[in-house]
Order: sequence, then C-alpha cells, then structure tokens
Amino acid sequence: MISRLQQKLDAGEFVITAEVCPPKGADCAEFLARAGALQGSADAINVTDNQGANMRISSLAAAALLVREGIEPVFQITCRDRNRMALQSDLLGAAALGIRNILALSGDHISFGDHRQAKPVFDLDSVQLLQAIASLSEGKDLAGRPLHGAPIFYSGAAAAPEAEPFEPTLFKLEKKAAAGARFFQTQAFFDPDRLRLFSEAVKPFGVKVIAGIFLLKSAKMARFVTGNIPGLRVPDTIVQELENSPDPIGQGVEIARRLAADARSCCDGIHIMAMGREDLIPEIIAAVER
Amino acid sequence: MIISKQKSFDDILTTLEGCGRLFLVGCAKCATVCKSGGEEEVFRMQERLAASGREITGSIVIDEACHMLRAARDLRGKKAMVEEADALLVLACGAGVQSVSEAVPKKTVAALDTLFLGNIRRFGQFEQKCSLCGECIVTDTGGICPVTACPKGLLNGPCGGMAEGRCETDPDAECAWVRIFERLASRGEAGRLKKIVPVKDFSRTLKPCKLKVEK
Repeated sequence: MISRLQQKLDAGEFVITAEVCPPKGADCAEFLARAGALQGSADAINVTDNQGANMRISSLAAAALLVREGIEPVFQITCRDRNRMALQSDLLGAAALGIRNILALSGDHISFGDHRQAKPVFDLDSVQLLQAIASLSEGKDLAGRPLHGAPIFYSGAAAAPEAEPFEPTLFKLEKKAAAGARFFQTQAFFDPDRLRLFSEAVKPFGVKVIAGIFLLKSAKMARFVTGNIPGLRVPDTIVQELENSPDPIGQGVEIARRLAADARSCCDGIHIMAMGREDLIPEIIAAVER
Repeated sequence: MIISKQKSFDDILTTLEGCGRLFLVGCAKCATVCKSGGEEEVFRMQERLAASGREITGSIVIDEACHMLRAARDLRGKKAMVEEADALLVLACGAGVQSVSEAVPKKTVAALDTLFLGNIRRFGQFEQKCSLCGECIVTDTGGICPVTACPKGLLNGPCGGMAEGRCETDPDAECAWVRIFERLASRGEAGRLKKIVPVKDFSRTLKPCKLKVEK
C-alpha cells in the first residue's frame, strides 16, 4: 500500500521523478507513451494540474491512467480551480483509484493561462490543503465528519530554493512540513550553492528534498523561462553557455547532468522537467550514480 | 469608498435603445469622488444624451443613493419628471442603482460599473486594500491584508511565484507576504508567521449579506 516513492525515500535511496504534462484533449496515447518510456528510469511521474493555468485534461484522470498502466504517479493538485469540497472529493477519488503520492500546490495564477476570465478559487492555500490531506488520512474531512474508509497518501509540497528573499518562504516551508508534507519537490535550481544552503535550511523540518532540474533546450528558451515562468530565473552564465554552443540541446542536457550531480550530494532525489523532451531524461539520469 | 467607473457612452446608448425620454440620477458620495456620477458627470451626461437626440425630463443627485429611504423620498420629490421619463439612467454604484429600481417601477439603466471597495491614494487614484471578507485578520499580518493584497489570497505565506520580492502576476507589485514579513520582522514579530492560519470561514459573507444592529 505504501508508494514506491515513499519506500525508496524512507530507505534513504536517491529517487528520480519526472514531470509529464497531460494533454489538452481527451487523447492520452502520447502522454502514456511518454510516461511509459520513463518507467525504467524514473521512480514516479508527476502529473501536472492545469499547468501554467492552461486548461488540460484533469490531472486526477491522467494520474489514474498511469496507475492503470502500472506507472506510479505523483498527482499534482492545486487550489486554483477547486474549493475545499472539490479538493477533498478529488483526493478521495484519487485514493480509490490507487494514487498515493500527492503534490499539494497553490497553483499558478489564472492570469498566466488560457482562461484569463475565469474565477480563481483559492478557497484553501497549499498549507491548508496539506492539512486537509492529513485530516482525510486520519479518517475525517475538514468539517470533522468521519469517512467511510480513510485514504493512504504520501504528500509533498513545492519549494523554491532560489527564492529571493528566502526568509519569508522558509516560514511557509516549515508550516508545510508541520501540516504533513513528507517531501519537497523543488522549483528548478540553477545555482548549486543556493541548493546546498536550501537543503541545510530545511533539514530541521525532517522533509525529503527532491531537487528540481529544468532541461533548457536553447538560450531563447532560457530567456523565455526567466521572463514567463513564475519564480524561475536562469543565470546569465547558463544562457551564455547555451548561446555559445553549436549543439544547444546537447549543452542543455550537459547542464542538467551537471546540476543533477550537484543535487546528488545534498538532496534525496531529483525531479526532472524536460518540457516535451522526456526522451532525454535517461541521459540526464545517467549522470547520477544510484 | 465604493469605486465605480462609467460604462462607455456607446454601451450606455445601446442599453437606452427605445428610451427617448430620460431622468438622470447621480450620487453625491462615492460616485462623486470617483468622478463617475456626481453633479458634474450627471450634467455632462445630460448634454451628451441631449446631443444624441434624447429628451432629459430632469435629474437629481441623491445625497447617498445607497440609502433606500432617502432615494425613494428624493425621487418622490421629482415625481412629475420621473413619470414623464421612459427610463431612469443611474450614475451610481450597483447598490445605488437598486435603491432607485426599488423605489420606481420604471426601467432602470446602470450607467456605471462597480469595481471595488477602495482607498484613495490621491485625487482620482484608488486602490483595493480590503475585500470585505467578513473576518478581519490584519492584526496578525502587520496591518496588511493578504486576502486582498495577494492575488491568490494566500493566508500562510508567499507562493512559489514570488521573485525578488515581487508578485508573479505583476512585476511592479511587491509580494504581499514579503511586505508582511518585513513589517513583522521590523517589530521583532516575524515568529508569528510560524503559526498556521486555519481555513477561512466563508459562511460569514454568504450572499446576500444582511446586518441588523442590535440596540
């Protein structure tokens, strides 16, 4: 009943997770193929929830499809699109469908996405969502009503190792841990020293740290990421590396491999965001001796 | 202060189709300060409507259009002009429009869009500081309301989109939670942020809200 991700992290093993974005549409064949191709290399696959506030197939449905294929998902669930009732009922549904790993998120703001006139919900925030997960696991809903069958979850939260200023975010991370987060999957990092400091700072919380690695495919993409993805900033030195390389994708993989090796020394795992080039993930992972 | 702004004149004309004779209503409070429905704006509206071929039967600027009894009384005072009109064009917030529609059975047309409860930064510049959430928590958050200042209304700290102390939705805006942190830290009270803020009780502001002050 315990997820493989939890088993490995509990055993002190270095884990690998990767993000696969579910489709905008009902045809999940390509999504399943991408996730399936990673089965040998990743311990769990994160299924994003209307990523960037762009409407896509439900992450719950996509994660359940992975379970059906024998692939372990991390079900990402955000507070942007559901109130506390929908969050809890989707969580119970997830448990019934065999989903164990949950990544509890606030969610990117509506103003980034493709439905900018939609009403943002944010009935709960990510800390309160973690509390809701903990409560369900104890057999009670947020209203204190008993459940017929308590779910079993392994819940995690997001963290931004390079957030500036860092101190106000640290308080929230401590609350996430107190509310039941057992692992942090971090936003992509680009500075190994910052990652090390982050890892030290959150150590007292007793939460496993899975460091985010973003596969940059070109200097143009690096600039786009800096300008458009909340909380991400690619340093100029890395942009230059990509700019000067005759093979930017190869260089991007090299950068990711370097960062993965850095994370190996101070974290409990890596989380790879390959943005459609999931085929390159095994190459990145090869840099991390397991 | 209730912040409102005038709909476009074209939109107003569209909603007035078939209404040749109009009675205009303004408000001497918020809509006057917002320059959307005071004496001046009612006069200008009257001129523009007249220029577009409408007949104006009369006008009034009610002291507080949201005051239902006062609005009804003031409109009774202009009974003949009101009765002559095909419709009442109201340059007041949504509350004011409804004081009028409740007092007069005639077609009531809203000339303004009502936006938010705002503070006045300076003349003609308004900012939302309070969302009327029914459960004020600013005592615990350094006097800054995260329900309003944070676009996600997060109660337990900044989201992952905060960068260099700025908000992910607007690089010109400071992150509400960074401001709250700095304010509390300057008082040596940053430790208060370690306490988890529980889920909010939205039943306090279930619509339509009512309040009856007990004697």
